[in-house]
Amino acid sequence: MVNIISDVCKYIIIILVVWYTIGAFTALQKRDRKELKWIYYRQNVLTFLLHGTGYLVIILNEKSLDFVIFYAAQVIFFVIYLLLYRSIYKKSSMILLNHMMFFLAIGFIMLARLSFEKVTRQFVFACIAAIVTLVVPRMFSKLKAARRWAMVVGIVGILALAAVLVLGEVEYGAKLSIQLPGDFSIQPSEFVKISFVLLMAVLFRERTDIKRVLFATGVAGAHIIVLVLSRDLGAALIYCMTYLCMLYVASKKPLYFAGGLGLGACAAVAAYFLFSHVQTRVEAWLDPWPIFSSKGNQIGNSLFGIATGGWMGQGLYQGYPKLIPVVDSDFIFAGISEEMGGIVALCIILICLSCLIMFITVSIDLYIPFYKLTGLGLAVVYGTQVFLMIGGDIKMIPSTGVTLPFVSYGGSSVLATFIVFGIIQELYIKRHNEEDRIERKKREQREQEKAGAAGERAKAEAKARRERAAQGKA
Amino acid sequence: MIRYIFVGMFVCLAGYFAYFVSFGSEEVIKNPLNNRINNMANIVVRGEIRDRNGETIAHTQTEEDGTETRVYNYGGVFAHPVGYMSRGLTGIESLANLDLLSSHVSFFERLVNEVMERKNVGDNVYTTMDVGLQQFCYQAMGGRKGAIVVSNPKTGEILAMVSTPGYDPNTLDADWAALTSEENQDANLLNRATQGQYPPGSTFKILTALEYMRENPDTYQDFTYECDGSMEYGDLVLACHEGHAHGTVDFKGALAQSCNGAFATMGLSLDKEKWADMCEEFGFNQELPIDLLYSKSSFVVDSESTDWDIMQSAIGQGKTMESPIHNLMITSAVANGGTMMAPYIIDHTENADGEVISKASPVQYRTVMTQEEANVLKEDMISVVAEGSGYQAACQYVQVAGKTGSAQYNSTGGMHAWFTGFAPAEDPEIALTVIIEGGGSGGEVAAPVAGSIFNYYFGGQ
Repeated sequence: MVNIISDVCKYIIIILVVWYTIGAFTALQKRDRKELKWIYYRQNVLTFLLHGTGYLVIILNEKSLDFVIFYAAQVIFFVIYLLLYRSIYKKSSMILLNHMMFFLAIGFIMLARLSFEKVTRQFVFACIAAIVTLVVPRMFSKLKAARRWAMVVGIVGILALAAVLVLGEVEYGAKLSIQLPGDFSIQPSEFVKISFVLLMAVLFRERTDIKRVLFATGVAGAHIIVLVLSRDLGAALIYCMTYLCMLYVASKKPLYFAGGLGLGACAAVAAYFLFSHVQTRVEAWLDPWPIFSSKGNQIGNSLFGIATGGWMGQGLYQGYPKLIPVVDSDFIFAGISEEMGGIVALCIILICLSCLIMFITVSIDLYIPFYKLTGLGLAVVYGTQVFLMIGGDIKMIPSTGVTLPFVSYGGSSVLATFIVFGIIQELYIKRHNEEDRIERKKREQREQEKAGAAGERAKAEAKARRERAAQGKA
Repeated sequence: MIRYIFVGMFVCLAGYFAYFVSFGSEEVIKNPLNNRINNMANIVVRGEIRDRNGETIAHTQTEEDGTETRVYNYGGVFAHPVGYMSRGLTGIESLANLDLLSSHVSFFERLVNEVMERKNVGDNVYTTMDVGLQQFCYQAMGGRKGAIVVSNPKTGEILAMVSTPGYDPNTLDADWAALTSEENQDANLLNRATQGQYPPGSTFKILTALEYMRENPDTYQDFTYECDGSMEYGDLVLACHEGHAHGTVDFKGALAQSCNGAFATMGLSLDKEKWADMCEEFGFNQELPIDLLYSKSSFVVDSESTDWDIMQSAIGQGKTMESPIHNLMITSAVANGGTMMAPYIIDHTENADGEVISKASPVQYRTVMTQEEANVLKEDMISVVAEGSGYQAACQYVQVAGKTGSAQYNSTGGMHAWFTGFAPAEDPEIALTVIIEGGGSGGEVAAPVAGSIFNYYFGGQ
């Protein structure tokens, strides 16, 4: 009987996720407030239903009271967080908040199916992160402080990375984390992504002359080299991409972007020849089957999982995601695809895209350079990370060992992602505050003056052209 | 701009994922390394493999205590094409693994099974093979080493596939040590029909003749050659089969008598590059559209080939190597008016209630020659059986077209006996290729086997 219910629940989950995804994209186009509100509330309901359906299957299969209690705890957490957030940040973006909850719910379902121990830890991390981020945006709102802090945070960041290089222990061929007393470890590169963005935003906010660009390049290069030496190549790639995009937006010089991409490509080729574990990853990407028993095992099993799951999925507890090494973090996308199905997995890609579009829209609407650059930098961090993670799981690109924000297991990843979303929320609220409005007016005025001058010139030219055309006809 | 780059990246990501799940996944699922499928056996009773008429070839027997045994009803007769599943997966057991372990029984039945805690019944796989024909071919080998493949040249359906010596899949576990020991030189586990690599010998002359026709479209019918039993070319001497002097032969006679000197002469006149290109078009040095494990065929003629290499290649010797199934594909292309079909061995899949779940359809692989070229070759192949070396392949019910081959494989005169052909010549229903390893003369040894199969098929005896 359990199997039948699980099977029915599988289809219910698919319907809920598809419905949610459709909502996410219609909300991007709709402007009518009432309609939007209705979509947002529906999305909340869908998330709770999804979470409940998932846990129904989990409880039926695990047959343990622990999961019932745990489910109740999560529901309470979601309700309280939602209510608190909405009351503290009235003007925050509902859609981002909804997506946060959606990803957390999906992650909680998949992790609970994989390991009770890990999902409870993840839940604790999420609770801590939620509390922290209810406060952080307020801190960030103090503009001057934020700018000064950015420098300090940036320096602390690179020191933390260096500490990993010196103190870190090698895990899956890379030094990623520092062991803390107790059963905890911290992965600084997750947080330094944020401090890196802040630091670059400070550096580029006023000038992008050659001196400043060289200095910023040096700072970014230092981050990237430390990461490469720690063999955290996924993070190195994310930093690299973030730096290039921020430089491009600040300087508006495509040459920098193109040149940077070229340099990055050269560096990637050099890394391939210098580091054996890069070669391993590329080899496993090109053809995992001959080396399936060793290096190709992870990606091979990931593909088996996705392929066997197909569009509909095997259903929770009906597949074998545990055969995929590190399925709870770097390869959770494959695990979801296997059991919840390709449709759900595809929807996750689309919802990530919806988040990313939201990030970029927020940053484009901002006029104060520091905010604009911070928003954009975080968007690039998020977009690149999702792309590397999912692309690696489906063998589109070599696997780089990064996490899927909010879904993958990992305290550092969850907390860092909460902070990223928190900052974006604050920027979203800032779009309409006083300071920004003044800045925008100034810009608009300047642009109007320019446009006015240009317009008169254009009119004159058009008139001349018409006259010439008339003469030609005659 | 950044927005468009990222949206583009995500669209690629979603597109790649969708493509993989829709089209790329099948190949991955069928990968023998995929242990997920085998886990499905915990909830599904592996389906049956049946012949084209519904006769059971392999089924799973469940004991009272739940232990399952795979039983192969015809023992070693279907050993290679059907394969086994206890020591890795081979043959149809491997190709259709997912189908056999998928259950498409009705929702109601699943509900009942669920309540009764019974396994669901897996889908049944119908091969294109015919039990009677397969048994006849197996007997016709008479314990000799070699292979027989029979197909429908118009569709590519494989009707029979025998490779001997084989093994009994029912006792594979017990026999495994002996079969895989180093002393055993018989390669019982090798499917000679698809993985065997043999010099094609005179059966290859079909392709030499075709290339000669193409390069001499108006004059090839005027070709003549004086055969005195051996051909001398400079210092090189090439003997005809058993030193037969064929006298004056024309284009048609050269094929019918399988005159080595005539074909070596044609070969020496050919454009090496065009010839090699044509052979590649026919599948040499290329991946072939075969689902079962197979070996690639090879044909090496290039600017560095010596005259001797050319003379050898023209008669299917030298570096030329071919599997029996590839030989059959070429013969079938002649039978099918120039279109080469992709061979296939699984016809359709049914659920336990007999509803069709999936059905294969014939796939055209390539059009390798024109209808006219096929007709000329067919006429020549008819005369091979009617008045030439292949007379023993003749059938009392229908006209047979074919080609014999006696392929030397060592310097002491050892020969593989080949026959490849089809019938009825005017409207072919079956094509077949026979090889007897070390059998000697193709006309004396392989052609009679082919003849008996044609008689069985068309006369039912």
